[in-house]
Amino acid sequence: MSRGESAGIVVVGGGIAGQAVVEAVRDRDRDVPLTLLCGEPRLPYDRVRLSELLASDEDPDALTLRPSEWFADRGVTVLTGQRVARLELEGQTLELEAGATIPFTRLAVATGSRPLLPPIPGIDLDGVYAFRGPEDCDAIRSAAASPGVRRAVVIGGGLLGLEAARGIVAQGCAVTVVHLMDRVMERQLDAGAAELLLPRLRELGVEVLLERETHAIVGDERAQALRFRGGEELAADLVVVSIGIRPEASLAREAGLRCERGIVVDDHMRTSAPGVVAVGECAEHRGVVYGLVAPIIEQARVAAATLLDRSSDPYRGSVPSAKLKVAGIDLVAIGAAEGDSEAISVDAGAGMYRKLVVRDGVAAGAVLLGDIRGSEALLAEIAGAEPVPDPLGRLAAAAELGPEDLPDTAQVCNCNSVCKGELIAAVSEGGCATPREVMARTRAGTGCGSCRSSVIAIVAAATGGLNDEPAYLCPCERQTREELAGAIREHGWRSVSEVTHACRTGRECGVCKPALAYLVSEIGENRHREERHARFINDRVHANIQRDGTFSVVPRIHGGVVTPDQLRRIADAADKYQVPMVKVTGGQRIDLLGVRKQDLPAIWRDLGMTSGFAYSKAVRTVKTCVGTDFCRYGLGDSIALGIEMEKAWEGLHTPHKVKSGVSGCPRNCAEATVKDIGVVALEDAWQVRVGGAAGGSVREGDVLCTVKTRAEALRATTAFLQYYREHAEYKERTYDFVPRMGLDEVRAAVLGEESSAALIERLRIAKAATRDPWLERDAPYHPRQFEDLDDPDSPADADEVLDDDAEPTLVGPPEDGAR
Amino acid sequence: MIRVCGVEDVPLGEGRAVVVGGRRVAVFRAEDGWFALDAACPHRGGPLADGIVASRTVICPLHEHRFDLATGEERSNGSYCVAAHRVEVRGEDVYVVDLTNRSRGRPSLEMA
Repeated sequence: MSRGESAGIVVVGGGIAGQAVVEAVRDRDRDVPLTLLCGEPRLPYDRVRLSELLASDEDPDALTLRPSEWFADRGVTVLTGQRVARLELEGQTLELEAGATIPFTRLAVATGSRPLLPPIPGIDLDGVYAFRGPEDCDAIRSAAASPGVRRAVVIGGGLLGLEAARGIVAQGCAVTVVHLMDRVMERQLDAGAAELLLPRLRELGVEVLLERETHAIVGDERAQALRFRGGEELAADLVVVSIGIRPEASLAREAGLRCERGIVVDDHMRTSAPGVVAVGECAEHRGVVYGLVAPIIEQARVAAATLLDRSSDPYRGSVPSAKLKVAGIDLVAIGAAEGDSEAISVDAGAGMYRKLVVRDGVAAGAVLLGDIRGSEALLAEIAGAEPVPDPLGRLAAAAELGPEDLPDTAQVCNCNSVCKGELIAAVSEGGCATPREVMARTRAGTGCGSCRSSVIAIVAAATGGLNDEPAYLCPCERQTREELAGAIREHGWRSVSEVTHACRTGRECGVCKPALAYLVSEIGENRHREERHARFINDRVHANIQRDGTFSVVPRIHGGVVTPDQLRRIADAADKYQVPMVKVTGGQRIDLLGVRKQDLPAIWRDLGMTSGFAYSKAVRTVKTCVGTDFCRYGLGDSIALGIEMEKAWEGLHTPHKVKSGVSGCPRNCAEATVKDIGVVALEDAWQVRVGGAAGGSVREGDVLCTVKTRAEALRATTAFLQYYREHAEYKERTYDFVPRMGLDEVRAAVLGEESSAALIERLRIAKAATRDPWLERDAPYHPRQFEDLDDPDSPADADEVLDDDAEPTLVGPPEDGAR
Repeated sequence: MIRVCGVEDVPLGEGRAVVVGGRRVAVFRAEDGWFALDAACPHRGGPLADGIVASRTVICPLHEHRFDLATGEERSNGSYCVAAHRVEVRGEDVYVVDLTNRSRGRPSLEMA
């Protein structure tokens, strides 16, 4: 890179701080040459949300703050994976580790921090991780999920440590947090709140050991245990260290900038070197290093003004405000946790603790646990150091305040500095109608996300009550399932396109087309006109799309009972089509994974079995235990009932997938109590449960009824299935549907003699019109149902010269600027 | 201008993929006309040709990112962008007119 006058501003560090500086500079100057150097091999991402990543299976890209186009469009040069080896102040250059030299006229150092690792024996063992970047997240996630790992330990009970622990629990691993101090989050919480937090953490599966000083991590190659001072040991095959951060100031320090813990900056974020500012976790302002998003964004704005020689208000420090981002726990800590006057309101049984701290007569801090109402108002008062003559009264009044009661000047989103007035303006002037639109326009709620519920409440108040917004089948047109069902019945519409033409349903974004397709088919009792464009790809090709675009094939195996001949055909098909994986499913079936779309018809033909609908919102499996034929405990013939149920229902689509099970005795080997529809045989009786779940949600099914005979059990379950088909919202599982309707309501409809008979009759009518979709192997709805346009034998890549006289009849995308 | 298929090769309201000029492109027959985008979703490479097509958008079947068929810009909550190509229909034949090399970035303020 050549040296020139236009070297411009260079930002070192691709974290939240570096990104904030880039944005603040570009907000003020669109032309100054601007370069961002990222040490990590990726664009800046939202590190604050790393613990969410740990708890979910989301991919790290979801945390990226801005796509590469954003930088390109704004003339920002971004170099990723480029670590800076040396800062040369005199010559105003940066030497990259890779060798290149980058000149700058102004420099922003935003090198962030690195995790603090205690210098104890065993810290280098396998199985010991810091928690800092997406790589750590990946490593911890896969370690937590690996079979050898039974117990994870997080060293450090601060905010990050607790969030990490919750993330590991979500991976299904028992977690203990060990903490040096006598309370968790001692920097943000007082003893009262910290104590009440412990039972809440325990409910989430996080155990906490306090006052434990880890002296060593014990193990040969891998970590096996922690040894505490005093000799006590705690087994641990996965150790995550989260005891704090250290400002990453080495680059600045070696260049001769004045550093204490961090790089020392003044109120304009200037370092000791002219033309060089520092921002974020690497910077130390008035003796404080800030590690929270809101202060960093404030700093970045001041720093940008300094870099551009513009005037700005000086940075005078921030009131720290932290929110624990752990699902299931509401906790906000603002400013000081203790002071000379404190108003406290506690309900220990409910896990509620609210405290307002007053120093010298002005609001200085607050701790809100279990009930965080009024936190925005309190933050505003604490930041403004407002006088509080009556702290108890103030605390009580704050609990009455919803976000809609805030003054327009109160900041709602601290990450992006969006105040309430801007949200209201987005509705009243910007024409936004939904919280999502307001968030997209103002960026409120797009940082750490903790203010989203406030944003939603404020938008609801501003738009006149989105809170009672019904569940729209088509949100674009604001049409509910009931409204559309009424219109479809009234007009006798038999296809999705008739509804779309008349009501515009699904026209705009298409998201609701599958819901509409289900509604049309359900009302038409499967005698509707099927339009595949309204179906998800799985229901167009009757197989489940996989991450690489291939499909999985699951034939129907009633009740999990299979014949040797079927197994042979499955094995032969797997060989013939070189199926990469054959897997036995949890629903007692066999899954052929990685099949190419164009091979689907042939593999179905070879299998000679019917579709298992494993790709669809439909009746899936009926899992059974061995029952009475062989099991010496069996009380009822679970296999027979399971097969009867599956045969009575197979081929029916449902609002969401329906998984069922029948157990032959209360030992419940078919796990029937956690199925959408489950039956358990008792002594001379069958117990029918509905609304159970054992996936992302776990719920024991409600007992619908206990009946004497198998036939009665079949009738009750069948009536329930049809009731669900007719009344649930699309994508509403039974475990949400049953509580929403209320068990009494469900019982009345499903068990009443007349209503039950009518439900069963309607199900039979709908069932009679179903056919095995795999028969489309011989009668496709379109010649290219299973094919793309590529003909492997003659690629369509040959240019064909066009006759210029021919007129275009349809034209695709408009030219640039025509939008 | 390269012929990619006949009008009847793509069912109404669906898409199909094809290689054009060494590049895999998804051709869509939407209610508002014919469109073409690069075939792979910029998020995780999902097959856009298998997506649900509305009047002017397509939804990737893997993770529901939704793109404008005319511009390639994301219309759901992210800021991905996929290259959009001009399509013309003459008689019974569908042509891709010229291949765009770069997706048009969206000057939006949304976070990815």
